Amino acid sequence: MKNEYIPFPSEVKEIIRHTDIEYTFRMSYSGNVLPGQFFEVSIPKYGEAPISVSGIGEGTVDLTIRKVGKVTNQIFENYVGNTLLMRGPYGNGFDIANYKGKEVIIIAGGTGLSPVKGIVDYFSSHPSEAASTTLIAGFKSPDDILFRQDFEQWKQTLQVIQTVDNAPEGYEGPVGMVTKYIPDIPIANIENTAFIAVGPPIMIKFTIMEILKRNVPEENIWISHERKMCCGLGKCGHCKIDSTYICLDGPVFNYAQAKHLVD
Amino acid sequence: MGYQLSRTTADDIFKQLKKDYRIFAPMVFPGEGCYSDTDVIRYGEAETLQDIEFERKSDYSFKEALFPINETLFYFTEEETSVPALPDKGILIFLRSCDIHALKRLDSIYLNNGPEDFYYKRLREKAKFVLIGCSSTCANGFCASLGTNQTEDYDLYLKISDSTVLADCKCEELAKYFADAPKEDCVFSPDYAAENQEKVTLPKKLSVESYKNPVWDEYTSRCIGCGRCNFVCPTCTCFTMQDIIYRDNANVGERRRVWASCQVDGYTDIAGGGSFRKSQGERMRFKVMHKLYDFEKRFGFPMCVGCGRCDAVCPEYISYANLINKLAKEEPCE
Repeated sequence: MKNEYIPFPSEVKEIIRHTDIEYTFRMSYSGNVLPGQFFEVSIPKYGEAPISVSGIGEGTVDLTIRKVGKVTNQIFENYVGNTLLMRGPYGNGFDIANYKGKEVIIIAGGTGLSPVKGIVDYFSSHPSEAASTTLIAGFKSPDDILFRQDFEQWKQTLQVIQTVDNAPEGYEGPVGMVTKYIPDIPIANIENTAFIAVGPPIMIKFTIMEILKRNVPEENIWISHERKMCCGLGKCGHCKIDSTYICLDGPVFNYAQAKHLVD
Repeated sequence: MGYQLSRTTADDIFKQLKKDYRIFAPMVFPGEGCYSDTDVIRYGEAETLQDIEFERKSDYSFKEALFPINETLFYFTEEETSVPALPDKGILIFLRSCDIHALKRLDSIYLNNGPEDFYYKRLREKAKFVLIGCSSTCANGFCASLGTNQTEDYDLYLKISDSTVLADCKCEELAKYFADAPKEDCVFSPDYAAENQEKVTLPKKLSVESYKNPVWDEYTSRCIGCGRCNFVCPTCTCFTMQDIIYRDNANVGERRRVWASCQVDGYTDIAGGGSFRKSQGERMRFKVMHKLYDFEKRFGFPMCVGCGRCDAVCPEYISYANLINKLAKEEPCE
């Protein structure tokens, strides 16, 4: 019987520095994995943290890690030796089939872009597989912008609005919350839309309010939940909401189901 | 149906069992209770039949025999991890009817919710269960109301007195220990509490709407969030991961899981500062709805087995049984 708790060492292939506190670690991994799934990443002595997959390559997965906790601080300081321990992937992830042929609108806040980045990458490289693809990505300030190089590429093939909540004087890009841009998204057929919203809980709440104002059917909206997950295996209990285990049944939910979840 | 043995014979059989099994049973630990000059009854490894507390219900449940309070998942050195070995011996667990019903709840989480849990399963596979009958009701239990006061799912039933022992063995492996012992066939069935002092009526119309019920608010001021109710509960299964390093060599250590409580601060904290359910009222709602509603929605039967340990241990005298009745009473009649 497999012992799911034993991590495997994974080599750090490359590090992409987005900001002072957000790096993407490109890790060696060759197994099945979907955008929106997550790994438990650890350094012995400091413990484990659940990290979403932010990119999938040949023999690699990207983990975009924000230095905000006990484990992630250590990951930033102690990845020398060039390996991290990982186990996973866990969770359901995004199923591309749900979005093909649709007007896809992806709305992401901050590191919330990580779990949906695989979807953005997919439609960026296969633009004809969606009726249209729009990305609205919000960051706190220009200094917090992630995946700068990817944005350059996405802008070639997708409609991209990259906005910041606040900017110093003289900043030329869009400023304002992601919600500001939702009313103006061009939509040809409301029934044929697929909205994906990922970010902090408060952002998801207001984003969904704006989406619903446009009479989008609830079943056309997907979200991904962030919760504490110690095991990723439906055992430790921390991520449970109602009868739902975010680590097993999610983290990706259709809103028609997710709206019933009360923490 | 079973046999009657002399106490001396039973003591001898126990000695034989002890060679092949680690025997976990409720035992009295004098002076170790929460308050001065009080005892605690919790699980320990029994050396003789005499060590086992057959009369009073244990303050803590049997679950630690299968799900230790802290359990080493693996040891790590700089390069390697290794999983601790288990003793070869089998495991014999003495427990009551409510606890055997609780076992089914533990199995649901650890074996049937996502992949099977390696550590739970390897203990579970070694375990045999010995039913302790309840000749009368305990103080806080409400097992009769929940139908958990009786069980057929035991490997062995033992009823002990000073001179004689009644035994009903359903397990071939354990039957071997009784095979050559002097004994007489005897007709009896396990003792159980047909009625409790504490009675509950389960609410039948709980739903997601119940989350908004103001009944939970009371607990924001009453509950102090100590988590004892979770730790004594035979059906609570939550844990948190913990890495520790050895003082003598900081490159060597172990990863453990330790019991966690949904009532205690930190349970939902995520990196970067977010947390959910900040008030004790919300946490009480989360726990009670899990026991009465959420678990049943997922697995088809309620989680709570009515052992009453949470009510007995609460330092704030919060009565979960009373809360159940309150929820039921509020419901409009058919």
